[in-house]
Amino acid sequence: MIRSELIQKIADDNPHLYQRDVERIVNTIFEEIIGAMADGDRVELRGFGAFSVKKRDARTGRNPRTGDAVEVEEKHVPFFKTGKLLRDRLNGIEPE
Amino acid sequence: MSGRTLTRMDLSEAVFREVGLSRNESATLVETVLQHMSDALVEGETVKISSFGTFSVRDKAARVGRNPKTGEEVPISPRRVLTFRPSHLMKDRVAAGNKKA
Repeated sequence: MIRSELIQKIADDNPHLYQRDVERIVNTIFEEIIGAMADGDRVELRGFGAFSVKKRDARTGRNPRTGDAVEVEEKHVPFFKTGKLLRDRLNGIEPE
Repeated sequence: MSGRTLTRMDLSEAVFREVGLSRNESATLVETVLQHMSDALVEGETVKISSFGTFSVRDKAARVGRNPKTGEEVPISPRRVLTFRPSHLMKDRVAAGNKKA
């Protein structure tokens, strides 16, 4: 499923909304999550999962071709942890 | 880094501000989006949201694990796990936003 298919499903569920509003709604949700993580915040969506930011320490890396040592700066990367409900559903355990 | 935790409420508040639907309907729409994504993943589909990231389902084989406390061997049954691969845009914005001044 890609973004446009997701938008289409939401539009089908909500015939009273304009297509362009559905697009804005879906885009706003994803934009809000990225914006939060860019601010160093966590986004916890119970049952679905949680988006957070992990810090990667500075390290001395190596150029795999030449073997030269290169200093890699500290950086922050996005991380997603699947929620319990979704993890269970993926394994055929439906909620009661 | 402010270290806040956002929830569904913050997402529906953003939808409310952006589109001007009622708070109630905004909340329902956020839930619907998560529900459709979850359903597709449960069906084994990959969910690819351009400029956000890709959620995909992977099968893990059975293996023998160990209870780290007792050292006892425990069988781990085969299972399906979800992995998320962030887009370049997300990685770049998260790296830039959290960079030390």
